[in-house]
Amino acid sequence: MTVAPRQRPSQGEGRAGDGPLSGSFEVVEHRVEGAYRVLSVSAPGIAARARAGQFVEVGVKAPATLLNRPFSIAAVDGGTVTVVYDVHGAGTEWLRHVEVHDMLDMIGPLGTPFPIPNQRVNALLVAGGYGAAPLFWLAEELKAAGMRVDMINGAATKERLHGVIESKRQSSSVAFTTDDGSFGTHGRVTDVLEERVEATGTGVVYAVGPMGMLRAVAEECERLEVACQVSVEELMACGVGVCWTCVVPVHGEDGAVHHRRSCLDGPVFDGAAIAWNDSRWTVGPSVVPEDEEPEPAARPTNRDLFG
Amino acid sequence: MTDVTSLRPGDVDLSVDLAGVTLANPITTASGCFASGAEIDRFFDIGELGAIVAKSITVERREGLAPPRMHETPSGMLNAIGLQNPGADAWIDNDLQWLQGKNVPVIVSIAGKSVEEFRTVAEKLVGKGGVAAIEVNLSCPNVEHRGLVFACQPGPSEAVIKAVKEVADVPIFGKLTPDVTDIAEIARAVVDAGADGLSLINTTLGMAVDPETGRPRIRNTFGGMSGPAIRPMAVRAIHQVHQARPEVPIIGMGGVRTVEDVVEFVRVGASAVAIGTANFADPLVTKRLVEGLREWLAVRDIPTIAELRGTVQPWT
Repeated sequence: MTVAPRQRPSQGEGRAGDGPLSGSFEVVEHRVEGAYRVLSVSAPGIAARARAGQFVEVGVKAPATLLNRPFSIAAVDGGTVTVVYDVHGAGTEWLRHVEVHDMLDMIGPLGTPFPIPNQRVNALLVAGGYGAAPLFWLAEELKAAGMRVDMINGAATKERLHGVIESKRQSSSVAFTTDDGSFGTHGRVTDVLEERVEATGTGVVYAVGPMGMLRAVAEECERLEVACQVSVEELMACGVGVCWTCVVPVHGEDGAVHHRRSCLDGPVFDGAAIAWNDSRWTVGPSVVPEDEEPEPAARPTNRDLFG
Repeated sequence: MTDVTSLRPGDVDLSVDLAGVTLANPITTASGCFASGAEIDRFFDIGELGAIVAKSITVERREGLAPPRMHETPSGMLNAIGLQNPGADAWIDNDLQWLQGKNVPVIVSIAGKSVEEFRTVAEKLVGKGGVAAIEVNLSCPNVEHRGLVFACQPGPSEAVIKAVKEVADVPIFGKLTPDVTDIAEIARAVVDAGADGLSLINTTLGMAVDPETGRPRIRNTFGGMSGPAIRPMAVRAIHQVHQARPEVPIIGMGGVRTVEDVVEFVRVGASAVAIGTANFADPLVTKRLVEGLREWLAVRDIPTIAELRGTVQPWT
């Protein structure tokens, strides 16, 4: 942490094009929002190249730490890059103390963006906790492409919901769920998923949140025959494709399951392509009624939308 | 005019000889920490490096181990990838072909479960352009059983090296583990079996457990420990081997992150220095080390890096 030595924001080091840049950038905002923290740095180069769904690696200088920490980009605005994070380890504990005008090492944009459908469909964005952060940016992109956006925003408690007001502002309708019933529907996002899909004529679901939730959403979407894109989270050492730690089991074109890097081939994957049974994520007790026959709707598949 | 002017960085000679292969500079990459280069080439031209040591390849495609595959530890990390790779043929067709276009010496790391598998992979590399050397990964810790860590014993190491040497048309380097009682003994066996050089050191076997769940942090229970935490072990191992066989070229690796670390490794006997875990924190670190090393030498009026090799000074 050093004080910004110059007036002009750093562009970062890297190549021409839309690839990632690496540099040291000035913190321009750092505030508490509910249970989470919102951090913005002035990084015009990264901001110009980034798209919704991509992430940045942030250098943390906690004692004896080596590795950067990945954060999904919540927004880019006027040359700033904003991330939302939860303090849950030594790295984010260090980050918590970063002050405005400190310099922060950052690499990005990294990974795959959310694909935008090539035809107009109604999109349902499903958030778990601060997974909501990148979805507001996606909502803007989808609406700019002429699509209707609805949301399900869920968390363990009312305090852990992120962007309650923003959810209402960005979507045609929003359903809130909390595990403890302190806000919205008492239950999980998957408890209201089918009802929201039917009510809003959903053509595609985008989900960001804990892996257990993503699995539940992806499996429910498969049952409902709705295209589904998920942004995964796996332990990641480098974020740039060289360490091979962040792999996710994905069904390949050849029918076999392959380990794909979530930093390079993801973090956004077709939810139906992930081999959830081969994964390490288990879901809590299912409260989704299984007795209803899904209606044979002619909804577009992932191939229709993105192929 | 009798002013003493220090050397200009541009006049420093960073070239090194590695078993007859000339590298423009001693900075290379540790296998498994740089993929096959394309990912880092997004940040800078990897042709600026002395050589690229690619991630190990095996005969067949391998998907590797299930996650979690890594856990950060104080000044280091554990990993257990399990040699995930596309298989030698696919790697040659795609990754090697891409590397050939970069015009950078490529050191191909090969691995196997048997002497025959090592031989087969080495055979596939014969006559392939751009392959400057082969690194024989005798020491990947993340294999099915310890018996597959060939470099834990002289006998199995010799058998693999002999088989690879019979078919290879480029120099071969044996990569050793520090997890042995006497690394110099293994080094002698590997060199006497025909290795042209040695790569020191691979990760050292470690383990961590989550106190809450009681589960190992790594799905495979054990993982290879890397990063600055193991650097003194690498310095020790290189020093011991260089003392035992000073004529043998050594690619040194193990927690190197700074220019001073590079010089330390060269002083104990490394001809080239490979950067591993440091790439994870800074994808531009290897490029910075080439530039930084040039400056470090220029400021001290040392015209070549080669003259620093094996220059540990005695306390007398």
